[in-house]
Amino acid sequence: MSSLASIWNICRKELKSYFASPIAYLLMAMYAIIFGFFFWNVIAYFVNASLQAQVMGRSMPMDLNEMIVRPMLMNFSVVGLFLIPMITMRLFAEEKRSGTIELLLTSPVRDWEIILGKWLAALLLYSLTLGLCALNFLFLFAHGNPDGKPLLVGLLGLILQAGALLAIGTFISTTTKNQIIAGGVTFAVCLLLWVFEWVGGYETAIWAQVMAYMSVIAHFEPFSKGVIDTKDVIYFASLTYFGLFLSARSLESLRWRS
Amino acid sequence: MIKVEGLTKRYNRFTAVQNIDFEVPKGRIVGFLGPNGAGKTTTMRILTCFLPPTSGTATVAGFDVLKQPMEVKKRIGYLPESPPVYPEMEVHEYLSFVGRLKGIPSADLPKRVKEVSERCNVADVTTKLISKLSKGYRQRVGLAQAIIHNPDVLILDEPTAGLDPKQIHETRDLIRSLAGAHTIILSTHILPEVEQTCDEVVIISKGQVVARDSVRNLTSRLQGQEAVAVEARPGEVAGDAGALEQALRAVPGVSTLERRGAKGGLARFEVQSEPGQHVRGALARAVIGAGWDLEELRPVALSLEEVFLELTSSEKESGPEVKQ
Repeated sequence: MSSLASIWNICRKELKSYFASPIAYLLMAMYAIIFGFFFWNVIAYFVNASLQAQVMGRSMPMDLNEMIVRPMLMNFSVVGLFLIPMITMRLFAEEKRSGTIELLLTSPVRDWEIILGKWLAALLLYSLTLGLCALNFLFLFAHGNPDGKPLLVGLLGLILQAGALLAIGTFISTTTKNQIIAGGVTFAVCLLLWVFEWVGGYETAIWAQVMAYMSVIAHFEPFSKGVIDTKDVIYFASLTYFGLFLSARSLESLRWRS
Repeated sequence: MIKVEGLTKRYNRFTAVQNIDFEVPKGRIVGFLGPNGAGKTTTMRILTCFLPPTSGTATVAGFDVLKQPMEVKKRIGYLPESPPVYPEMEVHEYLSFVGRLKGIPSADLPKRVKEVSERCNVADVTTKLISKLSKGYRQRVGLAQAIIHNPDVLILDEPTAGLDPKQIHETRDLIRSLAGAHTIILSTHILPEVEQTCDEVVIISKGQVVARDSVRNLTSRLQGQEAVAVEARPGEVAGDAGALEQALRAVPGVSTLERRGAKGGLARFEVQSEPGQHVRGALARAVIGAGWDLEELRPVALSLEEVFLELTSSEKESGPEVKQ
């Protein structure tokens, strides 16, 4: 069987597992509610601000992209960090606990096909949740005329960011049989990769700059403005590769250690 | 079909398998017999490319497990100790998934799933969730999974563990029906299972092969032997127990004799005959001749079970020598 077919077979099985249990529905429902609220919130603020501007007789520049789309994307970028561990924690930990990993590792598929299949399934679930939350933006297009391109770039950025973090989560899931541990550690790592940016705010030494540069938020921000910068794309791509590479090594070491 | 030479597996300081050699010709069923922790699962995991050996080689259908794992994996069906099933899947979904995993072309897949479901008696539950199945059904789904791609070699780790007697019987029949087309290795610590299903036995203990022979040879060797428990009460003109022991030892055909300690003035012995010798009559005469009364003369069953215990327990000196 070709590699693509193997990857798709694993990916499809993972997606089925997500949707056979309440996980997928729960995550999608939770995030839809949370983002429904965020959206309602920024819209209410926006309406309020524009009313005030009218009363004062000033013509404030009211930019839908700047005032609604961008904060929403930034919100998703941060709140999405909590979504990552919930998606990746079971990927390998569950297989190791139940012993089905023996089936996968004794079948004629390569380790990286298994890993890519699982990672892809995680990314698809994330994208689906994101898509559901992004439906809110349709209201903007119905009632105003925001610029669509920055929005698409922002969504692309979110998916790239998720790809990187999901790869790290996949790796962490290969290291344990315990889903809670996998989820907890992944959450800690995601959070650290977010708050590293703070250091750059007050410290200018080289180590601080490096730390700040490692932060995912710093690399997502240009996307939220509708800017695709090569260095950000490379950052996310290499982080993804790094996570998947570690997963492959970890899966291999499973055989040598266990 | 399967060839294992000098296979050793160490985990840190613990040696799970030490210098194992054996060979399985095509179409045979070989039973791996040994107590828990003897290294059966480790050996099977090496054969299925799940674990790499520390040293030695193992080849399946001419392919080395370390050098050509993909070729080996294509030719192997493996049922681990607990069936590797996904509880959230339906049986037919699961079998299709495994079928694709094993590289069955999608055109043949429905046919293969149907075939193995029928073969393994799970056709009536194909649309059920695996989590809702009983242990026996789960085990059979596990077996169906192992044979779905029609592998040359089947490796079954304790395929009947945890089943009820009827299911055990059915599973054994199923395994036997698979022989011929497939080369099968199955592990177990249940002796009748080996006697009933296997052509050959490899007895493993503490990571080493202690015996290797066909089931027929092992049992026929044993059938020739007789183990007899003798109990005698001192008569009026009896000599001491030592003299009786001498007399019994002198009986032609006795290979070993063991004093079992006295109880209530009775002298007790366990005697083993050489193969093909019937010694019970001579023993009785010897007891009477020594002036003792014969209290009991009872044949002790010497089954594969005892050979197994003898071979796998630490005091291997006494007892029948079945080592090759």
